[in-house]
Amino acid sequence: MSAYIIRRLLYAIPILIGVNLITFVLFFVVNSPDDMARMQLGDKRVTPEAIQAWKADHGYDRPLLYNAQAEGTDKLTDTIFFEKSLKLFAFDFGTSDSGRDIGYDIRQRMWPSLAIALPVLLVGLAINISYALMIVFFRATYIDVGSVVLLVAMMSISGLFYIIGGQFLVGKLFHLVPISGYDTGLDAFKFLILPVIVGVVGGIGTGTRLYRTFFLEEANRDYVRTARAKGLRERIVLFRHVLKNALIPILTGVVAVLPLLFMGALITESFFGIPGLGSYTIDAINRQDFAIVRAMVFLGSVLYILGLILTDISYTMVDPRVRLS
Amino acid sequence: MPVILTTDALIFLLIAVALGYGVYAAQHEHLRAPWRSVARSRVGVAALVVIGCYVLIGLLDSMHFHPRVEPVAASSAAPAATDAARADAGGAAAAPMEARYSTQVLSVLDVILSGLRERQEKTFSAPFATHLFVKEPIEQPDGSIVRGYPPLEHGGAHLKDPSRRGFDIAVRTVLGAIKGLLVWMALTAGLVWLVAHARGETFNDGASAIWQARTTVPWRVLLLTLAVMLVLGFVAAELAAGYHILGTDKVGEDVFYQSLKSIRTGLVIGTLTTLVMLPAAVILGIMAGYFRGLTDDIIQYLYTTLNSIPGVLLIAAAILMLQVYMTNNADQFASLVERADLRLLFLCIILGVTSWTGLCRLLRGESLKLREQDYVQAASALGVRHGTIISRHILPNVLHIVMITVVLDFSGLVLAEAVLSYVNIGVDPTMNSWGNMINSARLELAREPIVWWSLAAAFVFMFTLVLAANLFADVVRDAFDPRLARVR
Repeated sequence: MSAYIIRRLLYAIPILIGVNLITFVLFFVVNSPDDMARMQLGDKRVTPEAIQAWKADHGYDRPLLYNAQAEGTDKLTDTIFFEKSLKLFAFDFGTSDSGRDIGYDIRQRMWPSLAIALPVLLVGLAINISYALMIVFFRATYIDVGSVVLLVAMMSISGLFYIIGGQFLVGKLFHLVPISGYDTGLDAFKFLILPVIVGVVGGIGTGTRLYRTFFLEEANRDYVRTARAKGLRERIVLFRHVLKNALIPILTGVVAVLPLLFMGALITESFFGIPGLGSYTIDAINRQDFAIVRAMVFLGSVLYILGLILTDISYTMVDPRVRLS
Repeated sequence: MPVILTTDALIFLLIAVALGYGVYAAQHEHLRAPWRSVARSRVGVAALVVIGCYVLIGLLDSMHFHPRVEPVAASSAAPAATDAARADAGGAAAAPMEARYSTQVLSVLDVILSGLRERQEKTFSAPFATHLFVKEPIEQPDGSIVRGYPPLEHGGAHLKDPSRRGFDIAVRTVLGAIKGLLVWMALTAGLVWLVAHARGETFNDGASAIWQARTTVPWRVLLLTLAVMLVLGFVAAELAAGYHILGTDKVGEDVFYQSLKSIRTGLVIGTLTTLVMLPAAVILGIMAGYFRGLTDDIIQYLYTTLNSIPGVLLIAAAILMLQVYMTNNADQFASLVERADLRLLFLCIILGVTSWTGLCRLLRGESLKLREQDYVQAASALGVRHGTIISRHILPNVLHIVMITVVLDFSGLVLAEAVLSYVNIGVDPTMNSWGNMINSARLELAREPIVWWSLAAAFVFMFTLVLAANLFADVVRDAFDPRLARVR
């Protein structure tokens, strides 16, 4: 088991190098730091001196890959590739283009993101599983057909609509909770309720429909027929046999997204003014802050790979038939 | 003078590919059978009619040209004439002279909707309003200035007495419905005749077979959906001639016109992205599964790496880079339209790069299974070349997966466009799209009373298309994947 995990972690290294290369090419080769400086300084009255000054300020004045003027190992380390890309591996994110420490910002903003993402995941899971179970219990009746139509309709509504509609209904019409903002400690609760509700409702369509197919797939298996044939009541068949077995794909699916919860929900956070990583990313995109985008790309890839490994491990935990080799 | 934008060319290529697939599918029973069962599904047919209406509008909007510049005399002679009439008059008058073209790029849809496009107001106005939404100083006949809601320049301008607006709307609605029904009846008669002819029955027998749903293809559902769409379309057209039926936006542009123009953007993103990603996904996926070994390792590494970058961030990074490039090389683009079009194409490509991995992985797994089949083993034992085995034995057997993925991805892509445009990494801000409509209307929600029509229009148009696409995708999946159909 531990040998397997170590091997998987080693596999992650070439992938992360690949990610790093892609971002490096995108950010420094396709567009040179000069282009970036011109963009940041605005089009008009850009002097070569101003560009040089901007580059020096932000550490882009080094050569890309190989520094012929430097001494010794500095030939390789005093370059943009080493400073801006390789240092990410040590989770040294450097400073953003506006001069803030990215690593510090990320550690601060991780928690509000998690405060939304975790309740959305847990509440959503509970609702989706119970609803899907109910549909399967009443399968081939009008409840089944009506629910499927409802779910498809809910899937077809843009996520933006849930957010805007929720803000309008709850915040503006009923004045129940504040529309946006955030606070620390227990006060955060009233700011979190609305985003969590919106997140859960927005996910019902896709989630419940997926779980319904999982349940139906299990409900058609032979062991379920046997269970019914020996006279078990439908309730017991569903809860003791179908639910237990269908939980395997559900749980492993959830484990895969667990690490990504830290990344936050991009759109939700920026709409509700939550100072999490999602809104951080969006602000960076809008301000065209390349250093932050680069850091978030790297962080996202690390978390994704972590999710893959966790998924494999969780398979062995819940399903004894699976052996890792 | 016709203009072919890059995305137009790709759309026509896509249609050619679709036609080619249609011809191929018609000759092969294993592909014809699932499509036949799609055509027999009531939901599928209804969804298809709705999608068809969207596609028609999108296609009309994909034929671009530079309009002919009319001589000054001709255009001033008939200032109030309808645009169609003016185009005719202008064409006739300009024919003997040397033709001159404006730099503006218009589409066929623009010409059809030219009334809507040209009837601009000053700023916001509510649906069916006769007065502006915001107060402005108005000069009274006696010279004094009063703050009030000035009447619109176009919306409801034909009304002599604004209090008769309700009656006027009712009349126009009935008129539009009657027109729509007349067209529908003509189409229905044609269809019934064709069906009756094919069944070898008389016209009346054919009609009653359709009406009592005794035909294998649910023509009744098709006709009913068509009736709804036609009546809606004609009523909207009749009303839009006199009012802004969905209001106007901040700069006074008609929201109905914007919504219709956005259809093309949505369709382009939903379809071209697939067209862009398909070759890579199919070729690499099959190669990985078929050749295994080093090829497999490299391809797997490639898609795991791409997949591990969060999609939105990769798109953001790529679009940011494109923006930097476009600001620094602004002189390379002939017009704003061309620039927006290139950005749209680039967005499709980058969306394709982020979304091909799923299909690639599916195809790899399927090819791994297929290469162990007896007929593939036999072919390779007989010395058939790899290329031939892949195109003869592997590719036809994975086509259904490709088909299902293409249809399933469509609705997700249309929805993604709205979200990306909201983050400013979607289509060009000058381009009409539902995402841009939502993005610009969002800020107006804070107004009191609130400006809701832009948002509502964008959501309704998007919802209709996505719902139809989702329903259609379900039917297609059930038809192509018998295992799932059994589960249901």
